[in-house]
Amino acid sequence: MNHEVFMAGFGGQGILLIGNLLAYAAIREGRNTSYFPAYGVEKRGGAATCTVVVADGEVGSPVIGNPGAAILLNPLSMEKYFGRVRAGGLCIVNSSLIEESGDGRSDLRVLRLPLNELAIEIGDARLLNMIAIGAYAELTGAVSLDALKAALTDALPERNHRFIPLNVQAIDLGAARARAAIGAAA
Amino acid sequence: MQKRLLVKGNEAVAMGAIEAGCRFYFGYPITPQSDIPEYISREFPKVGGTFIQAESEIASINMLLGASACGQRAMTSSSSPGISLKQEGISYMAGSELPGLIVNIARSGPGLGGIDASQSDYFQAVKGGGHGGYHTIVLAPNSVQEMYDLTMLAFDLSDRYRVPAMLLGDSVLGQMKEALIPHPYVAPADLPAKDWAVSGKDGRAQRVVKSLYLGDGELEAHNWKLHRKYQELREREVRCETAGLDDAKLLVTAFGVTARIAKTAIRMAREEGLKVGLLRPITLFPFPDKAFADATAVAKRVLCFELNTGQMVEDVRLSVARDADVFFYGRPPGAGSLPTPEELLAQIRKHYKD
Amino acid sequence: MSSALQQVFAHPVSLKDVQTHFCPGCQHGTIHRLVAEAMDHFGVQEKTIGVASVGCSVFLYGYFDIDVVEAPHGRAPAVATGVKRACPDKFVFTYQGDGDLAAIGTSEIIHAANRGEGMTVIFVNNTTYGMTGGQMAPTTLPSQKTSTSPYGRNVANDGYPIRMAELLAQLEGVTYSARVAVNTPKNVVQAGRVIKQAFETQIQGRGFSFVEVLSACPTNWGMDPLKANARIGEEMIPYFPLATFKDTSAA
Repeated sequence: MNHEVFMAGFGGQGILLIGNLLAYAAIREGRNTSYFPAYGVEKRGGAATCTVVVADGEVGSPVIGNPGAAILLNPLSMEKYFGRVRAGGLCIVNSSLIEESGDGRSDLRVLRLPLNELAIEIGDARLLNMIAIGAYAELTGAVSLDALKAALTDALPERNHRFIPLNVQAIDLGAARARAAIGAAA
Repeated sequence: MQKRLLVKGNEAVAMGAIEAGCRFYFGYPITPQSDIPEYISREFPKVGGTFIQAESEIASINMLLGASACGQRAMTSSSSPGISLKQEGISYMAGSELPGLIVNIARSGPGLGGIDASQSDYFQAVKGGGHGGYHTIVLAPNSVQEMYDLTMLAFDLSDRYRVPAMLLGDSVLGQMKEALIPHPYVAPADLPAKDWAVSGKDGRAQRVVKSLYLGDGELEAHNWKLHRKYQELREREVRCETAGLDDAKLLVTAFGVTARIAKTAIRMAREEGLKVGLLRPITLFPFPDKAFADATAVAKRVLCFELNTGQMVEDVRLSVARDADVFFYGRPPGAGSLPTPEELLAQIRKHYKD
Repeated sequence: MSSALQQVFAHPVSLKDVQTHFCPGCQHGTIHRLVAEAMDHFGVQEKTIGVASVGCSVFLYGYFDIDVVEAPHGRAPAVATGVKRACPDKFVFTYQGDGDLAAIGTSEIIHAANRGEGMTVIFVNNTTYGMTGGQMAPTTLPSQKTSTSPYGRNVANDGYPIRMAELLAQLEGVTYSARVAVNTPKNVVQAGRVIKQAFETQIQGRGFSFVEVLSACPTNWGMDPLKANARIGEEMIPYFPLATFKDTSAA
C-alpha cells in the first residue's frame, strides 16, 4: 500500500517537522519512505511544503503530481494545492485560517478542523501541526499513532524532548477529532 | 533487522565519504549542498579529518589537487555555478592523473539560474567540463542509499584508474530524506598502491605530479594513455539498472531523480497493461551504450526523460539499435515545476505502440 | 699542511647538475641556488615537496632534486595548502612569479597567508610576464614599457604596481615577510640569509613565511644583462624597498 501526502502552510507552522515525523514513524514500522521538502529562497516566513511517501514496497517518485492526501494549513496552500488531491483522497483543512469550505469537490473526504483554536485549547498555539498529523494518521492508517508518538524522539531535537507529552496530547486530540468526524458523517 | 536511518541525501554523501576513509574536504558554501560541508565540519574533528572552507571554489579544487597528490582520499562538493569554477582544477587533475571526488548537487542555470533540481549539467559532467579533452568518471545516484554507496564506489574507481570522479546529484536528491542502511566500507583488495604520490623523496627517485608535457611526442603519448584508461572504464565499469526489458515495447530511460519519477510512471503504465521497461544509467561516464544496444534489439521505441531540454538523449541516440526510435521528454527546471509521474505517464501513452 | 685543504664551494645537493633553460642574465638561476642552499642548510631535501607555478618557474622539478606538484596558474598556495595539510611534517614551498602570484593568484596567496599555512612562498618579482613574452605585470613600474603597455604603464588606466611583501605583512596569519634582491653580491648574501630565515620559520612550525625577490628579466626588458641588473638598483628598489616587513617568528 502506498500513501502519499502533500503538506503545505506558512513557514513556522511546523510543516517540515510533521513531514519528518511521519517519515521517522514509517522507518520505525519497517516501511519505506521518502520525505521531500520544497523550500523557498527565504528561510523564515515563506511557504513551506513537503511531500511524504510511505510504501510497503519500493518508493518510486518522491515527487507526486496528484497525492492521495493533503494537509493544508493556510489559505495560499488551499488555493494552490486543494485541486491537485487525487479523487477519492483525503484533505485536512485548517479552518481557523481557511474560509473556503472545500465543498466544491464531492470526490474528496474533506476534514475541516479549527487547528489554531484547538492548539490554544491544549496550551500551545504551536501544536496545530501535531493535531493535523494525528488526524491524518487516524484517517489513513499510513502509520500507527504509536509509531508517530514514538518517532517524536527522532524528529524533535533533544532540547525539546521535554515537550513530548504535550505533543502526544495534540496527536491524540487530532485522532479523536478525526474519529468524531467519521462518526458524525456515518 | 539492519539499522535503518532516516537521512538526507547530502548527509548520506558525507557519511559515505567518511566511511570510505576520506579525511580531507575542501569546499565553499552554495545552496543546495551546504549540508555536506556542514556535516563534515561537524564530524571530521571526531575522526581526525581536515576540513577547510576555502576562499573560493577555485581554491578548494586546488587544495583537493594538493592533498590528492600526497596520496590522500580527498573531496570537494558544490553546486552547478561552483562546479563551473572548479573546471580548471578538474582539468589539471585529469591531466595529472589524480584521483579525487567532486560532488555536484546540481541546480538550475545558466548563470545564477535558480536553486531547483536540474539535470542541465549532464554535458558538462560527461563530456569533460574543462579544457583538454578528458573525462571524469560520473556516477548518478537515484536514492539516498545510492548517495552513500556510490560515494564509496567513486573513491574506489577514482583511485583504481587515477581519474577524478564526479557524483552528479541534484537538489531533490540532496534535500530529500529516505531510509539509509549504513554499512562498513571494505576497500577492494586489489586497489593499486599510490606509488606515484609525493611525500618528500626520502632516498628514492624524485616524484613529480604534473600535466605539462613539452618533450617531442610526450603529450600525444600521455593523451593516448588517458584514452586507453577511458576505454578500460567503458569495458569494465559500466553500471545500469534495468527492469521489464523482457517484454518491453517502450523503454523509458532516465538518470538520477527523473529515474525515480519514471519508476512510478512505469508502474502506472504497467497497471494499464502497457509493456514499458526501464534502463537507468548509473554510470553516466562510462555510458551504458551496449546496454542500450541490447535493450533496443527488443524494445524499438525509447523515451528519454530529463530535467533539461535534451542532453543525455544525444548519447542514447548514439547507442541504440539502428532501427530504434528515440523520443525525448524533458523540461528545463524552474521553481515549483518538477515534472510528475502523471505527466510522464501521458508521454508514455503518447509514444507507446504495441 | 694537506689537512688545511678545505672545500669552500660546492654544488648544492638539492639542485640537479643540469644546464637551465633560463635566458642570459636571468636571475632565476641565482634564486634557485639560494633556495637549494637553504634546503641543504637545514637538511630538508628528502622531506621537501615543492609546488611549481606557471611561468618561467614551471620547470622547478627539472632543477630541484625534490618531489614536486605542478599547480595551475596562480593556484600554488591553494595546492600547497592541500599538500601541507596532508603532509604536515614535510617541508613545503611554492615558487611563483609576479603574474602568477600578484595577478591571477591574489585570492589564493592572500587566503593561504591569512590562514597562516605553514608553508614558505618564494615570490620572484621581475615586473613582467616572462614566459609569455614580456606583457605588463601587476608589478610593472609606472611608465614601464611592455608588450601590452607599449606607451608605458599608465597608472590612470592600469593601476599601480602592487607591493606584495608589504601587503601580506598586514595579515595576522603571516609570520615572516621580507623583500630582497639578487643584483649585487651583498644583496645575494642577504637574500640567502632571508630565505634561510623564512625556511626556519616553517621548520620551527611558526607559520607562513614569504620572501619577495627582485629579479632581472633582460630579454623582456630589452636590455643587456648588465643594464638589466643595474635597473634593479636604479628603478625597482626605489619603488620596492628591500626590508623585512614582518618577523614574529621569534615571538
